[in-house]
Amino acid sequence: MHETRILDEADRLMTVCNSCRYCEGLCAVFPAMEMRRAFSDGDLNYLANLCHACGACYVDCQFSPPHEFNVNVPKTLAVARAQSYAAYAWPMALSGLFARNGLIISIIAALSMAVFILGFAAFNDRQMLLAIHTGPGAFYRLMPHNAMVVVFGFAFLYAIVALAMSVRAFWRDIGAPIGMRADGASLWQAVRDAGKLRYLDGGGVGCYNEDDRPTDRRKFFHHMTFHGFLLCFAATCVATLYHYLFGREAPYAWWDLPVLLGTVGGIGLVIGPIGLVIAKWRRDPVLLDETSYGMDVGFVAMLFLVGITGLVLLILRETVAMGPLLALHLGAVFALFITLPYGKFVHGIYRFAALVRYAQERRQAG
Amino acid sequence: MDRKYDVLVIGGGNAALCAAISARRAGASVLVLEGAPKFYRGGNTRHTRNMRCAHDAATEILTGPYTEDEFWEDLSRVTGGETDEELARFMIRESKDILNWIVEQGVRWQPSLGGTLSLGRTNSFFLGGGRAMLNALYLTAEDLGVEIHYDAEVIDLDIRDGMFVSARLKRPINGPTDISAATLVAAAGGFEANIDWLKQHWGEAADNFLIRGTPYNRGSILKMLLEKGVQEVGDPTQCHAVAIDARAPKFDGGIITRLDCVVFGIVVNKGALRFYDEGEDIWPKRYAIWGRLVAGQPGQIAYIIFDSTVLTSFMPSLYPPIQAGTIKELAGKLELDPAVLEKTVAGFNAAVRPGTFDHTILDDCRTEGITPPKTHWARRIETPPYYAYPVRPGITFTYLGTRVNKEARMLMKDGAPSANMFAAGEIMAGNVLGKGYAAGIGMTIGSVFGRIAGREAAKNARN
Repeated sequence: MHETRILDEADRLMTVCNSCRYCEGLCAVFPAMEMRRAFSDGDLNYLANLCHACGACYVDCQFSPPHEFNVNVPKTLAVARAQSYAAYAWPMALSGLFARNGLIISIIAALSMAVFILGFAAFNDRQMLLAIHTGPGAFYRLMPHNAMVVVFGFAFLYAIVALAMSVRAFWRDIGAPIGMRADGASLWQAVRDAGKLRYLDGGGVGCYNEDDRPTDRRKFFHHMTFHGFLLCFAATCVATLYHYLFGREAPYAWWDLPVLLGTVGGIGLVIGPIGLVIAKWRRDPVLLDETSYGMDVGFVAMLFLVGITGLVLLILRETVAMGPLLALHLGAVFALFITLPYGKFVHGIYRFAALVRYAQERRQAG
Repeated sequence: MDRKYDVLVIGGGNAALCAAISARRAGASVLVLEGAPKFYRGGNTRHTRNMRCAHDAATEILTGPYTEDEFWEDLSRVTGGETDEELARFMIRESKDILNWIVEQGVRWQPSLGGTLSLGRTNSFFLGGGRAMLNALYLTAEDLGVEIHYDAEVIDLDIRDGMFVSARLKRPINGPTDISAATLVAAAGGFEANIDWLKQHWGEAADNFLIRGTPYNRGSILKMLLEKGVQEVGDPTQCHAVAIDARAPKFDGGIITRLDCVVFGIVVNKGALRFYDEGEDIWPKRYAIWGRLVAGQPGQIAYIIFDSTVLTSFMPSLYPPIQAGTIKELAGKLELDPAVLEKTVAGFNAAVRPGTFDHTILDDCRTEGITPPKTHWARRIETPPYYAYPVRPGITFTYLGTRVNKEARMLMKDGAPSANMFAAGEIMAGNVLGKGYAAGIGMTIGSVFGRIAGREAAKNARN
């Protein structure tokens, strides 16, 4: 029937749910489902990515296991979602990276950090690596600014291209008609829905974790992580402007904007991922795609690594540890960038695209 | 569990939990014994989705007012007078406050579900459905300190001269098997899942009935109470039945096995013959009569036959319709006599008069010259592919119950009120709903009388 067995199961569940509809007030998945009577692979991948995995429909369902109808929408859509990441990966040859994602990300992270340390050691003499550097341009004595721009510019651009190609394939698959464009109002609606994590709240009470008492813990830690990431990104952008527009070179004083943004963001990237991992670990496994643990944890672990190395670097940047810490931090950032298109990061991109599609459908339906 | 509770609640659905919460809020110690395992807790409540409450103005989720008088007129009409007017009007008045009270117990409302029934003005829907509603009530009860046990089946009640003394458990929970309490609230539902009981009135036909709720609605508490001197109310032979997909499981198929597409085609029995006017009346009556009609047919099975022109005119179904290119082929798949089915369809088609189809009103599309006629929505079945749903009676609830007064206090056979026994929910629904059906009214009965039963039981326990 469908490309994969999990899509067959998702189709079965959506047929059950479409004849019930009790959950339509909980999130966007069920109203989107109700706009259809039959489900293509693209429809199911769309619904899977629209699901925010709050778990409410499982706890509320009169047909969830042990009922013979065996309705478990959160788990089924979680598996389908994880498989959709591989299905839309660009280039297709790398889609296998999703399968053993945690392991691969660890290896890439370790390798890239090692390369930066060895690189620093190879291109500089020992004294430089372990010397105390202060004042403007201190970092660039270990790695020239232009070299940083080339290396990270490449990594970042690659990530952007790979993600753009993937989401293009996704968009073509979930949309009707093919080639439709996203309109401004729908984009803005999706920005608001994603920014508030509107559908990660079980219809208003919070999402379900280890028992049948909902909380908003995951939403809170996700906000920490996501906004931490954005602040760190903003810090980099501001620093880039400083460098090129004003000729001011890093490192900056603790009170300067890039450092403030980076510090607050870094704290978010440390606390948020810890909270998310604990929440995942404590969550009832019946709601989860356990086969994706590696991918889920791998991505937040990378964010944590970027956050923590950045914060430690800030604290110890005027000591002999600065050289090795800078290498570790840059290694972590590099690994994060090049693995973005092949790990859990893509959930945000696909979910955002699904939210845009949903906003469009709602508008078309009136 | 060897302590004596103020209030013992037997049952675990909407009425039971409302009783437990209201008794606890009134200061009573409360024990809830639910006979089902935790997953199946709540009896029919797990399959409900809304409640019918009177209200004088539109709310955030209700599109307009539904006055007490209008509610009473509806109830009076669907029951054909089989109701206790004083008690019913009292319940309707109390239902107004339930809209708010139930929200205070953690239940959340939402507007009426899309693509379904036009209940947006009269009925408040539970966000997430009946099980979500139950979950909220259980969390509230637990937070208040109500003691709740599952798999706690009661096999006997010690009742002396209309006074409850103790209940005997099938399996002991933390100690003795006999539980004593100052008062009893019986909220343990009807007997719709008790096939042997159904057979007493329906004979062997009951073997072919499908039960829409859990297998735990056996009516054992109801039976004990009636045997021990409580006055009965409601027709013991009757149950509410709708036509549901014959491929549904024997128990607990819930709402999703329903089929409300009779108006779009014809219905034939095992002999491939039509047996009732498919266009007699609009929802909900047309929905509510077909269970009984199918129960009266040989083998308790029937087939809704329609063609491709109406395939998407109703809610998508759980099981796909059986499809065939010709009527003959369809008959083969349904194991009906092909020649007879072809003749039935041809005869029907020939009798269809021209008209303007509108399934929301009693339109002018009808047949002429056949028996039984199809008096509305009659359109020819002539555009292949052809489709069919096999249907059987789906038993929803029973009407037999214990008589109660406005305190939800049970009345004994001699008419005297029981000293300490109360009832709420389906077990006493027959006081108000002696016959017929109106969407969401079972939940109103459960919440209103549950709340009252809990409050009165708590008061009784203190005296």
